[in-house]
Amino acid sequence: MSHISPVLWQFLVKWLTNFSLYPPQASKIAPQMDALYFFMVLVSLIGLTIVILLITAFSIMYRQKKHPVPVQIEGSTMLEATWTIIPLGLFLIMFVWGALIYFRVYTPPANAMNIYVVGKQWMWKAEHPGGQHEINSLHIPTGRAVQLTLISQDVFHSFSIPAFRVKREAIPGRYTTVWFEATTPGTYHLFCTQYCGTDHSHMIGDIVVMTPDDFKRWLAGSTSGASLAQNGERLFASLSCSACHNARPDARGPNLANVYGSKLALSNGQSQLADEAFIRDAILNPSQHVTQGYAPIMPTYQGQISEDGVIALVEYIKQLNSDYRIQQTTTTTTLLPESEGKATPAGQKPAGQGMVKQ
Amino acid sequence: MSKEKGLLSWLLTGDHKRIAMLYLISITFFFFIGGALAGLIRLELLTPQSDLMATDTYNKVFSMHGIIMIFFFLVPSVPATIGNFVIPIMVGAKDLALPKVNLLSWYLYVAAGILGLYAMMTGGVDTGWTFTTPLSTHYLNTNVVTTGLAIFIAGFSSIFTGLNFIVTIHKMRCPGMTWFRLPLFVWSNYAASILMVLGTPVLAITLVLVVLERVAGIGVFDPAKGGDPLLFQHLFWFYSHPAVYIMILPGMGVISETVSTFSRKRVFGYTAVAFSSVAIAVFGFFVWAHHMFIMGISNYSMLVFSLLTMLVAVPSAIKIFNWAFTLYKGSITFETPMLYSFGFMGLFTIGGLTGVFLASSGTDIHLTETYFIVAHFHFVMVGGMLMAFLAGVHFWWPKMTGRMYPEKISQLAALITFIGFNFTFFPQFILGTLGMPRRYATYPPEFQVLNVFSTAGATILGVGYLLPILYLTWSLKYGEIAGDNPWQATGLEWQIQSPPLTENFPSIPIMDHEAYDYEWLEGQKEKVASVG
Amino acid sequence: MSDSQVVSNQVVVHGAAEGAHHEHLPYQRHHFETYAQQSDATNFAMWLFLLTEIMFFGGLFTAYLIYRNWYYPAFVEASHQLQIFWGTANTAVLITSSFTMAMGVWSAEMKKKGALVLCLVITFILGIVFLGIKTIEYSEKIEKHHVPGFHYSMQSFLNPQSDPEVYKEYKDKPLPYDMARHTEIYFFLYFAMTGMHALHMIIGIAILGFMIFRARAGAYTTGHVTFVENFGLYWHFVDIIWIYLFPLLYLISRHQ
Repeated sequence: MSHISPVLWQFLVKWLTNFSLYPPQASKIAPQMDALYFFMVLVSLIGLTIVILLITAFSIMYRQKKHPVPVQIEGSTMLEATWTIIPLGLFLIMFVWGALIYFRVYTPPANAMNIYVVGKQWMWKAEHPGGQHEINSLHIPTGRAVQLTLISQDVFHSFSIPAFRVKREAIPGRYTTVWFEATTPGTYHLFCTQYCGTDHSHMIGDIVVMTPDDFKRWLAGSTSGASLAQNGERLFASLSCSACHNARPDARGPNLANVYGSKLALSNGQSQLADEAFIRDAILNPSQHVTQGYAPIMPTYQGQISEDGVIALVEYIKQLNSDYRIQQTTTTTTLLPESEGKATPAGQKPAGQGMVKQ
Repeated sequence: MSKEKGLLSWLLTGDHKRIAMLYLISITFFFFIGGALAGLIRLELLTPQSDLMATDTYNKVFSMHGIIMIFFFLVPSVPATIGNFVIPIMVGAKDLALPKVNLLSWYLYVAAGILGLYAMMTGGVDTGWTFTTPLSTHYLNTNVVTTGLAIFIAGFSSIFTGLNFIVTIHKMRCPGMTWFRLPLFVWSNYAASILMVLGTPVLAITLVLVVLERVAGIGVFDPAKGGDPLLFQHLFWFYSHPAVYIMILPGMGVISETVSTFSRKRVFGYTAVAFSSVAIAVFGFFVWAHHMFIMGISNYSMLVFSLLTMLVAVPSAIKIFNWAFTLYKGSITFETPMLYSFGFMGLFTIGGLTGVFLASSGTDIHLTETYFIVAHFHFVMVGGMLMAFLAGVHFWWPKMTGRMYPEKISQLAALITFIGFNFTFFPQFILGTLGMPRRYATYPPEFQVLNVFSTAGATILGVGYLLPILYLTWSLKYGEIAGDNPWQATGLEWQIQSPPLTENFPSIPIMDHEAYDYEWLEGQKEKVASVG
Repeated sequence: MSDSQVVSNQVVVHGAAEGAHHEHLPYQRHHFETYAQQSDATNFAMWLFLLTEIMFFGGLFTAYLIYRNWYYPAFVEASHQLQIFWGTANTAVLITSSFTMAMGVWSAEMKKKGALVLCLVITFILGIVFLGIKTIEYSEKIEKHHVPGFHYSMQSFLNPQSDPEVYKEYKDKPLPYDMARHTEIYFFLYFAMTGMHALHMIIGIAILGFMIFRARAGAYTTGHVTFVENFGLYWHFVDIIWIYLFPLLYLISRHQ
C-alpha cells in the first residue's frame, strides 16, 4: 500500500480498531446475547434486502414507459401464506432464544456472591457483604457469579453495564436482582438508563473487573472495618429487635436463626420462601408477614430505617445461624417498658415452632 | 368546500373538509415547535459535555419534544387532517355522522395545545413524555399538572375523532358500499379509531391519578404509602402501546392508496391487508408490558408479552409484502406521493424489524433504554408515519385545494428527507448497541463521532421538512389548477370536483364496483368520451 | 340494526344532476339520507361513547381490585366506615330514577308531553337527592378526617373503640400501623370512584335541566326522540356504574 500516505494509513488503522459496532464482551452471557443479536441482524438484512430488491426490481421492470398496461391481480393465497409463515417462524425462533437468555440473566445461581446496590438521585452506592462501600463504582472478580440486589431510595433508576449486556431497574419499594459472571479484567461503563431527573446523565460510573487475587487485595484494602452483617447486628440491637426475636421459650417473635432460605408458614395459611425481599418486607410491613403461631404485634420500621439500614439487617439475618450472640445481648438490653407484666398472647408457641425447614 | 367566506364561517363550520384544513394548519404549527425542540436536542448532542444548555433545560427540551410530537402531531396527523377530509367521501356520505362533535374535537385540540404551550412557556415540564412515577409525582417541580391536563383534553379530541369515524363507517356507507368495497384507507382508520376509542380513556384516568397524587398526595403510586409505582407503568403503557398503532395505522392506509394509484393496480391481497389492520389493532392491546421487561415483572409475564409482541409484528410484514407485490405487473410512475411511499416501505421495514430485536426479551435487556429504542421509534414514526403523512398530503392536495404542488421540487424534498433521515437515525442504532443511554445530556466522548453524524443528518432533514411548507403554501396561489382526477385514481373522492362541493356529492352515489377497480375507471373514461 | 342504509323513497343515479329534492323531516340533519339513519347513527355513537366511559372507569376498578387483594384487612375495616343505610338509599334512588327516565323515553315516543316533563322532573329531583345523600356521606368523612391527603387520620383504625358507632356494630380489632396506613388508599379509591361517578351525575343533571326546558317547548314530542333516548342510555349507564360501586365499596366482606 505504498501509494497511501503512512499518516492516513495509521489514522485508518487506529479508527478501524477503535471503532466498534458493539461493546466489548466482558461477561459470560455477552457472547450468547451477541449471537442472538447477530442472528437478528442477519435476518433483518436479508428481509430488508428482499423488500428493497422487490421494490426496485418491480419499479424498473414495470415502470409506465416499459409496461403501459397494468395487469389487475387480486392476490395469491400461496404468497400470503409464505410471507406469513416464514416471518412468524423466524420471530418465534427469536422469541424462544431470547426468552432463554432472559431466564438465564435473571435467574442467579445458588452460589452467586451477592452485592447490594442502592440507587438514589444521582448516584449508585454498592455495598459488599464484607462492608466495603463504593460510590459510582463496582469492583468485582472474574470467574465468579455475582448477583446484584438492587433497590432505589427515591425514583426509578436502571443499572446498566453494556459490556456485560445486563441491565436491571432499581425500583423504590422492592428488591430486584440480576447476575453476571465477568470474564475479562478491565474497566467498563456503568450507566443509569432510566430517566431520573436533573443529573440522570451524570449518574454514571465504572465497573472494575479484577482477577480474583487482585480482588481479594482490593477487598482487604477497602474495608471500613465492619461488614454489612456486623452493622446489621448493631442495628438489630439498637432497634430492640431482640426484645421479641430472642429465641427464648416465651419470645413474642419467631427465632431468626437459619430463617433465611427456609419456607415459612404464615398466619394466613400460605407458605412463603424467606428470601431477601421477604425479610425486607417483614421489617417494613410486618402485619402482612406474620409467622403462624405468633401475634401480629410487630411494629413497622418504615420511616425509621433507610434502605442501607435494611440491607444491613437483611445481611445480618442471612448470616444468622445461632442465637448465641442474641441471647448474650438480651441480658444486657432493656426490654421495652410496656412489655413488662403483660400476659403472653393466646396461641403463642415456643420459639422454633411454626417454621418448616425446606 | 363551503362557499361561505369569512373567519366565523370557518370557526363555526360543520363541514368535515373545513375542519380537516383547520386541523392541518394547527398540527403543522405544532410540528414545527416539536421540530425546533428536536433541533435543540441534536445541537446539544454535538458535544459530549452539557454545554449548550443546563441539564435541567435539556430534560425539558426532550420531554416537550416527545409530548408535542406524539400528542399534538402524530396522533391527530393523518386521521384528523386527511381522514376527516376523505373518509366521508370514501364511504359515499355527505359528512361525518356527528359534525358538531367533529368541530368540538378541533376546539378541544386547540385548547389542549394552548394549555400545553402555556405550560411550556411558564417553566416547561421535564418528566419525559412517559411521566414515570414517582419522579413525576414527587420529585419534580415543573408544570406536570398543567401538561397532564393538556394531554387529558387532547385525548378527548382524539376519542371524538375516532368515535365519529366508527359511527360513520358503520352507519353511513352509501348503497352498494359493502365492507369489502371500502378503500383500505378506511379499514386502517377504522382499526386506528377502535384503538383511539378504547385506549385513550385509560390514559385519561392515568393522568387524573397522577395529577391527584401530585396535588393531594394520596399515595396510589407511592411505595412509602403502600402504593405501587409499577401500577402506573401498567396503566400508562396500556394506552401508550396501542397509541403507537393509532399513529401508524392511518399512515399504512395512505400507503395502500398511493401504491395502488401510482401502479394503476388494485392492492395485492386486499382482504389480507384489511384483516391485518384489524389484527394489529386487536393484538396491539395485549402487548403493553414489553415496555417493562426489565422492571421486575415476572418471567412468566415476560413470556406472554414477548410472544404476543412477536405475533403483532406479523401483520405489518404481511402488509409490506402486499404493497411490494402491488407493484408487480403494474404500470408505475414516480410522483412525489409514490417516492414518499417507497421511503415508507424501506424505513418502516427497518423500524419494524428492529422492533423484533426489542420484542425478544433477551436482546431487549441490552438494548432497552438506549438509543436503539430512540432509533427504532423514530424509524417507524418519522421514517414511517411522517413519510406516509407527507405522501398523503401530496396525494390529496389537489383534491383538497384544487391545485397541484410543483412536482420537481417536491420530489427533491422527498429525496432530501430520505437521505437526511437515514443520516440522522441510523447511527443511533449503533449508539444504542454500544450502550449509550437515552435522555442523556452528556455522554462519554467515544460516542461523539456517531452523534455528530446524527446531528449533520438532522440539518439535512430539517431542510427536507421546510421545503414542503414553502412550496405547498406557494401552490395555493400559483399552483397549476388540478382537475377532478389528476392521478386517474379509482376512489369515490376522485370522481367529484376538486375541491368538492359542500355536500360532497350532488346526490348520494351507488357503489357498484369493487375497490381499486381500474377496469371500471376505464369504462367511465369511455363513457365520458362517448358522451362528450 | 342494519349496517347499510338504502334510500327508501327513491332511486338515485350516480352522477345524475340534482333530482327531485326529497322531503325530510325538519329535525333531520342534512347530511343524513333518512331520519332512520340519523337515529341509528346517533344511537350507535352513544353506545360507543359509553364504551369509552367503561374504559375510563376501568382504570380505577383495576386499581381497586389490586389494592384490595394486597391490603385486604385495611379495606375491610375501612369499608365499615361507610353506612349501608345511605348506600342502599342511594341505590334505590338511582334505580328509581332510571325507571322514571325510561318512562320519560316512553312518553317521548308516545308523544305525551306532560308525562315526559313529569318524568324528567322526577328524574332530576332524584338525581339531586342522590347528590344530597352523597354530600351527607362526604361531609361525615371530612369531619372524621378520612379524606386522603394532608389531614388524613388513621385513629379510627388504630383504635376502633375511639369510633363508638362503628365499633358497636363491627367490633373491629385494632389494625397494626403498617396495615392501617393502607386505609388511606381505600379512601382514595372511594373518593375517586364515587367522585368521578358524582361528576357524571352532575353533568347528567345539568343536561336534564336543559332537557326539561326544551321538553316543555315540545321539542321531544314531535317524533324526534333521539336526544331523549340517547340521554336515557347515558343515565342508565351512570346508574350501572353505581350498581358496581355499591357492592364493591359498601357490601363485600362486611362481616369478616
